[in-house]
This record gives sequence, C-alpha cells and structure tokens, in this order.
Amino acid sequence: MIRVQAEDFDVGEEIGRLTSGRTNVGGVATFLGLVRDMAKGKPVTAMTLEHFPGMTEKELAKIEAEAQSRWPLDASLIIHRYGRLAPGDRIVFVAAASAHREAAFESCMFLVDYLKTRAPFWKLEEGAAGADWVEARESDDLARARWQADSSLAKRVRPA
Amino acid sequence: MKLLYFAWVRQRIGLAEEEVTPPANVVTVGELVEWLRGRGPGYAAAFANPAVVKAAVNQEFAHPDRRLAPGDEIALFPPMTGG
Repeated sequence: MIRVQAEDFDVGEEIGRLTSGRTNVGGVATFLGLVRDMAKGKPVTAMTLEHFPGMTEKELAKIEAEAQSRWPLDASLIIHRYGRLAPGDRIVFVAAASAHREAAFESCMFLVDYLKTRAPFWKLEEGAAGADWVEARESDDLARARWQADSSLAKRVRPA
Repeated sequence: MKLLYFAWVRQRIGLAEEEVTPPANVVTVGELVEWLRGRGPGYAAAFANPAVVKAAVNQEFAHPDRRLAPGDEIALFPPMTGG
C-alpha cells in the first residue's frame, strides 16, 4: 500500500493495521526516516519536501510491485510525507511483512534504497544561512545499483 | 505542450508550470531543454548543466533522446532526494 500525505502517522497503528488478520506473517521489518537537525555540519531548522503529485504515487507503486515480485511478501506499506517538517518529525515509513525474516529485512532495505532515488521528492533544508536544496548523493545511487547488479539475495529467499 | 518544473528548476525559472509551443526543429526532450535554455536568465540558470536535469514525459521517466508528441506533459526537475 502507498500513501503520500502531509499528515503525520502512528507507527504502531500502521504496523497493527498491516498485520491485522494476517496470521501467516512471521515478521515485519520496518524503516522510519526522520528529519535530522544537522546537515553537512550545519544546524537544520526545518525541511520542506516537494513532490510530483500523481507521478510520486505511480513510482512508489512500481517500486512496491518490484519488491513483491522479488520477495514472498504478505504485505507492504510505504508512507511518505510532504510539506514543511521540523527536526525530529517523521518523513517516511516503510514496512515489509513476510513469513520469514530474510524476505522482510531485505525487501524493506530494497524499498528504501529504491524510493530514495526513484520517487520524485526533493528536500529543501532551512538553516541560519537560508534555504538550500539537498543534493543527490552518489552513495544513494550506488545503494540502489547494488540491487540491480546482484539479485542473488532476492533469489535466495524466493520460493522454489 | 505543458511543462512542469520542480524544486530548484522551478525556483530558478520562477514558474511551476507553463504552456509552450516549441519550434518544429525541437523534436526530443534534450532539444526542448536546449531551446528552453535560451528563453531567459532564469531558464539559463535552471539548465546551466542539462546533464543533471531529469525529465518525465506523462509521468514516466524519459531520456533526453525521447521524442516529443503533441499533448505531452513534460516535467523537468533535479535528481530526486526523497526518503
């Protein structure tokens, strides 16, 4: 399930809803992304997330479908917020539920790596010296490329 | 055709979207960016380094050699920084 929203969310409630009635689920791996109060050694006072309404949901749905095709997932959830956020605020939540932990852990990491470089979001950080757009990091591209170069991890946990 | 701009591309140009009619020799996304670059200082600043600007045609990622079709909606934006 994909949700792009301005509103905050409750992690416990989200996990509860995801697993409710699914007694085949043996584990849920989650990632919660928060607004940091520092960037490149400078204090951050606020962060505004801009996105491309419509395309964002489509891209996230593609990424989720890709994870579902690579791992035996029983349920998955991506929540991504937009708008102006303060340090400590929740930005993104990814949850992957599966019968076994390998699929849950690996697909959760895959979902986060992919959405960082494929979902049309842009971060504007505010600090004492003004506002700056966050630059894309090469390490994020490399993190995504790893899943393209070697899918052996995924193959390992795929059902025969 | 309809153009959408995001993040610093939007800021430098000073518009979130606009309707344009490029000349007939503008056939691809890359040529569209080149043409936009000559439209004024804001555009020149936004597309100073066209290699870093990403494009989506009708909400699908597109390479610079992607051919344009009438009625296309083209979005131009910096590399994504979500998550």
